[in-house]
Amino acid sequence: MNFWERLYLPAIFQGMGITFRHMFKKKETVFYPEVQREFSENWRGMHSLKRDEQGRERCTACGLCALSCPAEAITMIAAERQKGEEQLYREEKYAAVYEINMLRCIFCGLCEEACPKEAIYLDGPIVPADYLRKDFIYGKDKLVEEPMKLS
Amino acid sequence: MELAFIIEKFILITVIFLITLTIAAYSTLAERKIAGFLQDRVGPNRAGPGGMFQPLADGLKMFFKEEIIPAESSTTLFILGPSLALLTALIGSAVIPWGESVQIAGTLVSLQVTDINVGILYIFGVVSLGVYGIMIGGWASNNKFSLMGAIRAASQSISYEIPMGLSIIALLMTTNTLSMKEIAEQQHGINWNIFYQPLGFLIFLVCSFAETNRTPFDLPECETELVGGYHTEYSGFKMGAFMFSEYINMFVSSAVMSTLYFGGYNYPGMDWVNSMAGPLFGPLVGMAVLILKIFAFIFFFMWVRWTVPRFRYDQLMNLGWKVLIPLAIANIVITGIVITIIDKL
Repeated sequence: MNFWERLYLPAIFQGMGITFRHMFKKKETVFYPEVQREFSENWRGMHSLKRDEQGRERCTACGLCALSCPAEAITMIAAERQKGEEQLYREEKYAAVYEINMLRCIFCGLCEEACPKEAIYLDGPIVPADYLRKDFIYGKDKLVEEPMKLS
Repeated sequence: MELAFIIEKFILITVIFLITLTIAAYSTLAERKIAGFLQDRVGPNRAGPGGMFQPLADGLKMFFKEEIIPAESSTTLFILGPSLALLTALIGSAVIPWGESVQIAGTLVSLQVTDINVGILYIFGVVSLGVYGIMIGGWASNNKFSLMGAIRAASQSISYEIPMGLSIIALLMTTNTLSMKEIAEQQHGINWNIFYQPLGFLIFLVCSFAETNRTPFDLPECETELVGGYHTEYSGFKMGAFMFSEYINMFVSSAVMSTLYFGGYNYPGMDWVNSMAGPLFGPLVGMAVLILKIFAFIFFFMWVRWTVPRFRYDQLMNLGWKVLIPLAIANIVITGIVITIIDKL
């Protein structure tokens, strides 16, 4: 190093110039609660159980999603559709209980791929934080899509 | 007369304390804001409009935190450490002339708490006392990281006080006085000492970074190596006192640098402003100018902190002993030669 470089002061001033320029640059901050960053197209978030075009639950409780799940996060109890429930469930068999443990789930999307009825999709938002472990086991009340409003 | 004098000084001290503490509190916010700006972020902006109440929130948090005194520590010294740090930080502002004398109801009121004729020596004494708070705190914690921080603080402070004092000697040769008030008065208008002592100012600046334990000389508390340095074991308000004393130190050393080298309350065109504003408001304008200069220095401190990385310990010692001290001595010699030549002419 020559004398000028060994002084270090020119380098320090150069660095300070760079940091000073950054003061006027565009801020990268996303103001989270007010502004939400857009998810990418292949984003996998919270699961939702879909309904068909007549508002009936598509899930037939075949258990393929639970079988495909590498984290064993999905449990379900199947039940037979009774007379008069045709507008609620599409197939003769449906999931009476359908639970996903969000602490176990790794959001791999294999359930989505395994489903033959196109009943489950990971198209929801980020799974929110909670205080108790039991509150992370999401039942049908949280997973099933809102019924379509028929006007 | 005696009572009026005491009341006058009491009011002045209270006002200066309030200003110091407010500026120190808002320095914490400014630091975080400037850190944010320099890193393309926005900094704290939730508490109040634009984050204005952040220092208040931080202070409240400090108050309500649990204060832990380690079982193996020496309790008295553990409490004495931060108290001493805060005390020595605060008393430094006593000799700084905040402005020319104000004329209130026919009497001249000095805007300086005390004009002792060895003002600079007083500042030096106080600054070197400042390290005792850190040393006692670090020692009393009975923690290896705290002790390491305290050792570093002590050695750094000793190493950098020498070039600081030597750089001041050259300044004294040009000003011929030790009184802060006279030094400030000599720099009337734009006749600032920085133009006579640029090298001395540079040395003084580097040394004040070291004395206030700011980056790149924050070895006593470097988070990356020593957890928290001397305040590893501190929590709650005692931790707050340490942090606060750092910011007060920064404020006081900014005030000292402004007064010694950047004309203090003097500014170009001050005679005209004084004749326009009168003997009451003219000096107050000067005080505002001094505070502006202090703000500029505080910004400079923060700007450097978020630009320059920390020195290694051997680099620190190299810079102090092998670079700054020879430079300061050379500065004295050059100043002496120049003064002699000018006197002979």
